[in-house]
Amino acid sequence: MSTTTYREALRQALIDAMTADADIILLGEEVGVYGGAYGVTKGLIELFGESRVIDAPISEAAIVGAAVGAALTGLRPVAELMYVDFAGLAMDQIANQAAKSRSMFGGQMGVPMVLRSQGGTGRSAAAQHSQSLEAWFLHTPGLRLAMPATVSDAYHLLRQALTQPDPVVFLEHKGLYALKGEVGDAPDAPWGAPAIRRAGSDLTLVAWSRMVHESLAAAEALAGAGVSAEVIDLRCLNPLDLGPVFASVARTGRAMVVTEAALTGSAASEIAARIGEHCFDWLEEPVLRIGGEDIPIPVAPALERAAIPTAALIADAARWLVHREAPPWA
Amino acid sequence: MSNTAPLARYRTMRRIRSFEERVGELFLKGESAGSMLHLSIGEEGVVGVTDAMRPGDSFTTHHRGHGVFLARGADPARMMAEIAGKATGYCGGKGGSMHIADRQLGHLGANAIVGGGIPHVVGAGITARNRGLDHVSVAFFGDGAMSQGILYEAMNMAALWRLPVVFCCINNQYGMGTRVDRSAGRVAFAERARAFGLAGAWVDGADVEAVHRMAADLLAGARAGQPAFLELSVYRFYGHARMDKSPYRTPEEEAEGRRRDPLATARGALLAAGIATEAELDRIDAEAGAEMDAALAAAIAAPAPAPEAMFRDVYAPGTPQPQPQADRLRAILAEGSAA
Repeated sequence: MSTTTYREALRQALIDAMTADADIILLGEEVGVYGGAYGVTKGLIELFGESRVIDAPISEAAIVGAAVGAALTGLRPVAELMYVDFAGLAMDQIANQAAKSRSMFGGQMGVPMVLRSQGGTGRSAAAQHSQSLEAWFLHTPGLRLAMPATVSDAYHLLRQALTQPDPVVFLEHKGLYALKGEVGDAPDAPWGAPAIRRAGSDLTLVAWSRMVHESLAAAEALAGAGVSAEVIDLRCLNPLDLGPVFASVARTGRAMVVTEAALTGSAASEIAARIGEHCFDWLEEPVLRIGGEDIPIPVAPALERAAIPTAALIADAARWLVHREAPPWA
Repeated sequence: MSNTAPLARYRTMRRIRSFEERVGELFLKGESAGSMLHLSIGEEGVVGVTDAMRPGDSFTTHHRGHGVFLARGADPARMMAEIAGKATGYCGGKGGSMHIADRQLGHLGANAIVGGGIPHVVGAGITARNRGLDHVSVAFFGDGAMSQGILYEAMNMAALWRLPVVFCCINNQYGMGTRVDRSAGRVAFAERARAFGLAGAWVDGADVEAVHRMAADLLAGARAGQPAFLELSVYRFYGHARMDKSPYRTPEEEAEGRRRDPLATARGALLAAGIATEAELDRIDAEAGAEMDAALAAAIAAPAPAPEAMFRDVYAPGTPQPQPQADRLRAILAEGSAA
C-alpha cells in the first residue's frame, strides 16, 4: 500500500508494465517530450526512449491505425487520444479496424492494444473537451471498456488492460487526476467484476468513473436521512458483470444507475434495462437513471455543473424513491 | 530479361486472372457470399510489386485485393472458400472477399473501408523498426483512397519516422463509378507523396517487368529507411462489383482500356525475348485454369460454418464471450427473475 494520486498511479502502471514487457509502446500526441497533456506520461520518454514513447503528429485516425498495425504484428501499443472527444476523428480505426479484426479474420489475429483517453466535465473545457462517450464503445462488439474511479483501480485496471488479448478502451476522468488514495497490493476485484464501495440495504446505486464519488457522497448524506444506500462501482463496462448488481437489487429492491454522460442512449440506459429484465420480481420501484442533461456541455462553470448529476441530486432522487419525499425542485 | 522470373510472373498473373474469372462464376452460380465481389482483372501487373516483397514482409489491401493475396502465396482453394463464406476459408467464412487475411503470409487484412488498412502498415513498420527486423510493410489501395485523409496522416508518419513502408496505389481510373479526373483536381499522385518526403514514382501497371524494376528499387529504399509511394496506372476491365455494368463509361473507352492488358503485354514480351513459346504459355494458361476450376469446385463443396461459430473470435478464447440472445432470454424468462 502506498498513498499516491490517480495520475501517478496511472503513470506507475505504465512504467511497471513497460519495464516488464518490452513490446509495450506509447503512441500519441504530446506523450513524450511534453509528458502528456495531463502529466500521465511525464518522464517516460527519458526512461524508455523515443522508439517506445512516440510523439505523434496530430493525426488521431493514424495514431489508432498505427497502433492497430503494431498490435497485429506483435507489439502491445498504448495509443492515446488526448481527449475522448477526439474519438470521432479515429472512430473508423477504433470501431471498424481494432474492434473487428479478430472476428473478421476468423480468430487468426487479435489487436492487443490499449486506447487510453480521458473524458468528463470539471474543467470548463466546453462542448468538445468534456464529454463522456463510453456508450460509443460499449455499443461496439470487440472492444473492452474500463473506467477506473479509484486510485487503486487507476493502477490495477491499467495493468490488467495491458495483459488483455483484445483492444481495451481505457477511459480516465479529467476530474480525478489529482485524487489521492492508496494503491492496493492487489486489484479490488477481478478484471470485469464490479466492486461494492459501500454496503447498504435500502437502495442500490450503480456508477463508474467519477460518478462513483458523487454516489458515495450521496450515500453519506442519505445515511443521515435514514436511507441506507449500497454503492457499486462497475469498474469495467466490457466485460460487464452485473451479477453482483442483481444480487444487491434482490436485497434492496431499488436501483438507480448514475452516469455523467448525456442520458439518452447511455450506458446507464443499457444497465437499467438489464436490471429491469433480471430483477423484475424484486423491484419495489422503477429502476431510475440519473444522468447528464441531453445537451452539449456548456463552458460557463455554473452551467457545466448543472449539466451533470451531483451528490445532492442523487440523494434527492434516492429519498424520493425510498421514502416518497419529493425534493424541493420537484 | 532473365528467364525464370518473368515467366513466373506471367504464371502468377495468369493464375490471378483465372481465379478472378472463377470468382465471377461463383457469383453466377449463386454460390458466393453476397455480391460484393471486386475483381482485379486488368490489375495483374501488381505482381511486379508482390514479387519484390520477401517472406516476413507484411501488407494490407483494399476491397479489390484478391490478386495481391494470391500473388503473395495464398491457397486459391481457401481463398475461394472464404469468398463463398465457407468454414474452410481463410477466415472460417466470417470475413469474405473484403476481409480476407492470413497471418502466416503477412496479410494483415483486406479492408472494406476505403483507406482503412493504410495506417496499419505504419504500425507494422514500427514493429519492424523496434524489433530490428528487415521487414517492409506495403499498403495496397486504389485511386479512391487518394481522397482519404488517413492516407496523408499515414504517409506523414512514415516519412517522419523513416519507416520501412511502401504505399502502393493501384490506380484503375475509377472509384466505383467516378473517374479519377472527376475526384481529383490534379491527378499526379506521386507528386503528393514526394511533397510529404516519400520517394514517389509512377509506372505503367500493364508492364509487369517495369513495375517490378520500379518496385524492387522502392522496396530496397524502404528497407533502408526511405519510405515510398508507387502508383500503378491500370484499367479496371469490369464494373466496380459484380452487379455493376459500368453504364458510366463508353464501350469505346472500355475497349481502349482493355488493350492495356498486363497478360497480353507480358505474353508478347516473353515471346519476343524468346523466353517461352506459344505452346509453353498456353500450357501455363491451361494449368492455371485447371487449378482454379479445382478451387472453385472445392469451395462449392465445402461446408458452411456452424451457426455457433458466429460467437467465436469476437473476443479471444478464455475471456468473457458474447451472450447468445437465446441464453439471455432463457435467463430472464424461463426461471422468472434470476439473481
